[in-house]
Amino acid sequence: MKHRTFFWFILPTLSAMILFIALPIVSVFVQSLFVGHEQVLVVSESCGPFGCKESTKIDLEATEKLREEAPLGKFNGAGTYLNRSHLAFAEIGVAWAETETWGEFWSVVGDLPFYRALAFTLTYTAVVTPLVILLGLAIALGVNALPKLFKGPSIFISLLPFLVTPLVGSLILFWMVDSDGVIGATIQLIFDDPNLSLKASAALTWTMLIVYGVWHTLPFSFITFYAGLQTVPDDILEAAKVDGASKWESTLHVVVPHLMPLVSFVTLMLLMDNFRVFEPIVSFSAEAHARSLSWIIYNDLRESGNPLYGSAGATSMLTIIGVVILLTPVLIRTWRDFNRKAH
Amino acid sequence: MATAIESRMTPGKIIAFSLVGLWLVIAAFPFLWTFWGSFKVQSDFFSKADWTNALWGTNTIAETGGAFTGQGYFGAWITEEFWQNVINSGIVVFFTVVISLTFGTLGGYALARSGFRYAFWLLMAALVFRAMPHITLVSGYLLPFFEWNIWGHLPTTIIVLVAINQPFTLWMLHSFFLNIPKDMDESAMVDGCTRFQAFRHVIVPVMWPGVITTGLFSFLLAYNDFAVTAMLLSAENETIIPAINSFLGTTQVEGKVMYAVAAVVSATAPLFVLILFFQRQIVSGLTAGAVKG
Repeated sequence: MKHRTFFWFILPTLSAMILFIALPIVSVFVQSLFVGHEQVLVVSESCGPFGCKESTKIDLEATEKLREEAPLGKFNGAGTYLNRSHLAFAEIGVAWAETETWGEFWSVVGDLPFYRALAFTLTYTAVVTPLVILLGLAIALGVNALPKLFKGPSIFISLLPFLVTPLVGSLILFWMVDSDGVIGATIQLIFDDPNLSLKASAALTWTMLIVYGVWHTLPFSFITFYAGLQTVPDDILEAAKVDGASKWESTLHVVVPHLMPLVSFVTLMLLMDNFRVFEPIVSFSAEAHARSLSWIIYNDLRESGNPLYGSAGATSMLTIIGVVILLTPVLIRTWRDFNRKAH
Repeated sequence: MATAIESRMTPGKIIAFSLVGLWLVIAAFPFLWTFWGSFKVQSDFFSKADWTNALWGTNTIAETGGAFTGQGYFGAWITEEFWQNVINSGIVVFFTVVISLTFGTLGGYALARSGFRYAFWLLMAALVFRAMPHITLVSGYLLPFFEWNIWGHLPTTIIVLVAINQPFTLWMLHSFFLNIPKDMDESAMVDGCTRFQAFRHVIVPVMWPGVITTGLFSFLLAYNDFAVTAMLLSAENETIIPAINSFLGTTQVEGKVMYAVAAVVSATAPLFVLILFFQRQIVSGLTAGAVKG
């Protein structure tokens, strides 16, 4: 295809992506270098019969004017990145110097908002992804062995948790595990503790969110693997059987290796989706114990009246860097594949 | 020979079947439970004392006289004007899907037919864009949108959703167009068509299966979105997902939770119908990217 034709074909989609994806990243970066204006204070002296008193007042008009003139705020350089809510190098330095054991050090670091969110996001991603792959593979093998009549309906039912709106799906689960809901009440009954609430402790909240994550994404890995199973050549399975392999052995040595390329595809998709975990935290109102990177950005932006654009921008930039790091192996591999094909 | 062996129940098979059965119950039960409960009153839906109340509607009978009540639905759709949000969602989803597909087919076709290196880089950039949490982009939109006075309107949200949709649409349609033989459009061009005419008269008639599959996923992205719609729409322009979240903000008042439950069931219904009719396309779309590894 000629360069010129290519240009005209790609123009609409490219301009949409440049305007609303690439430029916003630049805008996020610029924002992150500024902090909002402080309120303008006026000190006035009022003198009465008993001497003079100084009083400080907020000059609303001047503050408004300042915000109007420079909506970005004032330049702060990398200040926002280094403050307590983000990378907090100073606080970590102090913690490093003052704490004696690793445990103490990590508990101090764990209290810093950014690291707390990062810890949750990474734990969520690292637990949900492998669980979903293993369970998805197991269920795909199970469904594949089902009589034909049941295959369609099982896929239909499985698609529901995956395609349902994340906010809605997590609400549905939340109402059930609520201490008055059917699962929550049952758990209380089993442990004989009428005050047991899944929202009470960090560990339970995290577990609840991870269970939701598995419920929501399992169908994706299951269906991909199930589709992969349909492409396993029969003659290889036959050959394995002739060679005396048991059902289990041929699954392990023939079917699973055949699905390996799919595993890397599913892993990539799951990593991308799990890393942006956000809606369940809103639905479960789990923010007391679990915050993800996406959630803290959302929270900064919703700061009523005076959104913290700078802070949200800095967290966004750090999150984007995280995504790129997460994707590097994939990008490098694709780059190699491309070069191999080109030469 | 094979049938006798294969139909025998081995321990492995029993484990596999019970695992599948367990999964299906876990997958379906929450939906059934919430659907059934949405026709009850709140003290039945959250019936701590006796969970069977939620099944038989003991309190619902006591309060309303019947075992089923439409109070939640009435409250959500009429009192809280949920229908307005449904209309907004309809507008946003329709235009997002149509515009995304138009842009995506043109771009995806170009990428599939261009062997130049920049086509590869565009696809890589799209992959990175695809991986970015949407909320990171939203933080970049707010300030400029406020400055230009375009915050809160439906068209702004539509174009943002179109853009966010593009990386995915491009990848999917690109791999779909790769499967359409090059000879088709190239022979048309040998016969004197321009590239665009070849696209219009040769490719467009055969591209619909891929476009429908991609459209389903564009629909899901626009319909399910929360981060963008919650942050970029003013209260009167809210679509259904942020509206449900707003219901919750004002809740925990007796009865109000049932509004949210009814709204949640109403929001799930279109997805249910979608899966019912397009199961095959959805499954093929999910695995389309996977085939090439």
